[in-house]
Amino acid sequence: MIQLERVTKKYRTERVETTALDNVNLTIDQGEFVSIMGPSGCGKSTLLHLIGLLDAPSGGSIALDGKPVERYGDRALARVRNERLGFVFQQFHLVADLSVVDNVEIPLLYRKTTGKERRRAALAALDRVGLASRTHHFPGQLSGGQQQRVAIARAIVGKPAVLLADEPTGNLDSQMGDEIMGILQELNQEGTTIVMVTHDPRLAERTHRVVRLFDGRQVQ
Amino acid sequence: MLGNYLKMALKVLARRKFFTFISLFGISLTLLVLLVATAMLDQIFAPQAPESRGDRTLGIYTASLRGEDSVYNGFAGYGLLDRAVRGLPQELPGVENISLFTTARAAISYVGGQKIESSLKRTDGAYWQILDFSFLEGGPFTAEDDAAARFVAVINETTRGRFFGDEPAVGRTIEVDGQRFRVVGVVRDVPILRVVAYSEIWVPVSTAKSRAYLKEYQGNFMALLLAHSRADFPQIKAAVDRRLDLAEAHIPDRRMFQTIDAGADTLFEAVSRTLFEARESRPELLWALLLGLAVLFMILPSINLVNLNLSRILDRASEIGVRKAFGASSHTLVGQFVVENVVLTLLGGALGLGLAAAVLAGLNESGVIPYADLRLNFRVFFEGLALALFFGLFSGVYPAWKMSRLHPVQALRGRTV
Repeated sequence: MIQLERVTKKYRTERVETTALDNVNLTIDQGEFVSIMGPSGCGKSTLLHLIGLLDAPSGGSIALDGKPVERYGDRALARVRNERLGFVFQQFHLVADLSVVDNVEIPLLYRKTTGKERRRAALAALDRVGLASRTHHFPGQLSGGQQQRVAIARAIVGKPAVLLADEPTGNLDSQMGDEIMGILQELNQEGTTIVMVTHDPRLAERTHRVVRLFDGRQVQ
Repeated sequence: MLGNYLKMALKVLARRKFFTFISLFGISLTLLVLLVATAMLDQIFAPQAPESRGDRTLGIYTASLRGEDSVYNGFAGYGLLDRAVRGLPQELPGVENISLFTTARAAISYVGGQKIESSLKRTDGAYWQILDFSFLEGGPFTAEDDAAARFVAVINETTRGRFFGDEPAVGRTIEVDGQRFRVVGVVRDVPILRVVAYSEIWVPVSTAKSRAYLKEYQGNFMALLLAHSRADFPQIKAAVDRRLDLAEAHIPDRRMFQTIDAGADTLFEAVSRTLFEARESRPELLWALLLGLAVLFMILPSINLVNLNLSRILDRASEIGVRKAFGASSHTLVGQFVVENVVLTLLGGALGLGLAAAVLAGLNESGVIPYADLRLNFRVFFEGLALALFFGLFSGVYPAWKMSRLHPVQALRGRTV
């Protein structure tokens, strides 16, 4: 489903060139739950951003559903992200100006859907994560765990094939973390492919496969 | 999609109250000033009753007499204007009618022991044919009345109230500056901003207490020339210029003044002539000045809005990153942010229009500008709307483009560069 071949990512400033990822080869099949582990700064998030088409590699190639994405323009990339991918971030990244349900509707705003369809789908997604009673609250009125559940509802509202989670429990206590992990596992059992960056070996153990990075290189 | 943009824009604006307030304040205040200024300029220059033929009317509104050591800038005397325009309708087929009349001057009356100060204008009969007054009673005095020096008067509605209360005035007598006039007509009040038409009492020129005015070059007279069409203006202006050149030989005090600077102008040209103290009218300079002021007035709040919006990029970087991650293209984001700005400016525009309407109504009621009838007409309304849209686009496009160019990963990290 997702194929990375000899992928490198370098960041250049005027004087310094930093290699964030070096020659990474990775294939993720449909329905897999893969965790990416490694010490801070090893390139985990960079790898997730490349898989999520939020960033472009400096070398190598990335293919999604068998199609190389290098030549996709801004609009095509936006469409793929909208229709095939969902994101959950460590910092939640909810829009503070919008209510919970409006936040969840965001991915559907970029599809041809009616307001009623959007609202129905958003409420269903919130119900799925156990937050049906908080639809009109604003993010600032919710706990960290609740905010991450809203973020998951936003990520799944468009029924993406792949869910990319960047340390989704990193800002939560262990109980909340377990709850979020439970939701992700349920989603995976329902068929969603999940790629998760984590520091926590306990969580990684609950996934199908662990990819380990060190200094930008794949070590396992 | 537009509906979504609008909905999102309203939500964002409702939540960001301080930003919204500052932006709305700037836009509405700017539009308020522009709309009030436009309404005033409209009242002064636009062809409106009684100056409904203003678009084909020229006037000699002021004159300058110059000598080696002396300069007179002011209104012309009857003698000068008479030389400049008498017989022109017979000489030039493009001239339909001419009129000589004084500016409105204060005149005193006593009614029931109470002193009343009114504005009094002395006019000829043609004045009433060129201008289009709305009569509530009676009618105008005629050229024959003027020729026969009949003591007749037209008064405005307010003056009728001062002298006669609610009763009809035609046929009754008023005493003004020690002269008694029989009222022959009552007209609707005319705003003081309409220089040519404004007065409260109008009487024939020939009823002046002295005949000295007939030969004067300096005085308080103006001349109106009604053309058949604007196409006749160049010919009329040239003819008046020739006559004014000839009139120089007859300046009453040749030792003080030797040359005359005057001409047949539209009211706008006349204002430019006075404003720039130019020998020729300079309407293009006045246009440039007015447009320059308007543009300056619009650009300052626009720059302010651009700045505010750019500073919001930092604030909204995470949102931009999220929207990009979930499928917004740069193009879509530009649309969203431009709509946000247009909504904001249209709201500011609507607020500005409302405030302008309130201020104009207040000005009309207050009496600060006598008989002011300042209105937000449709033209001014649409100009305001166009201005608001200009604001929205001008101040929205660049920040929107800048916002949309943010790299999603950098944006998610809260970085804007």
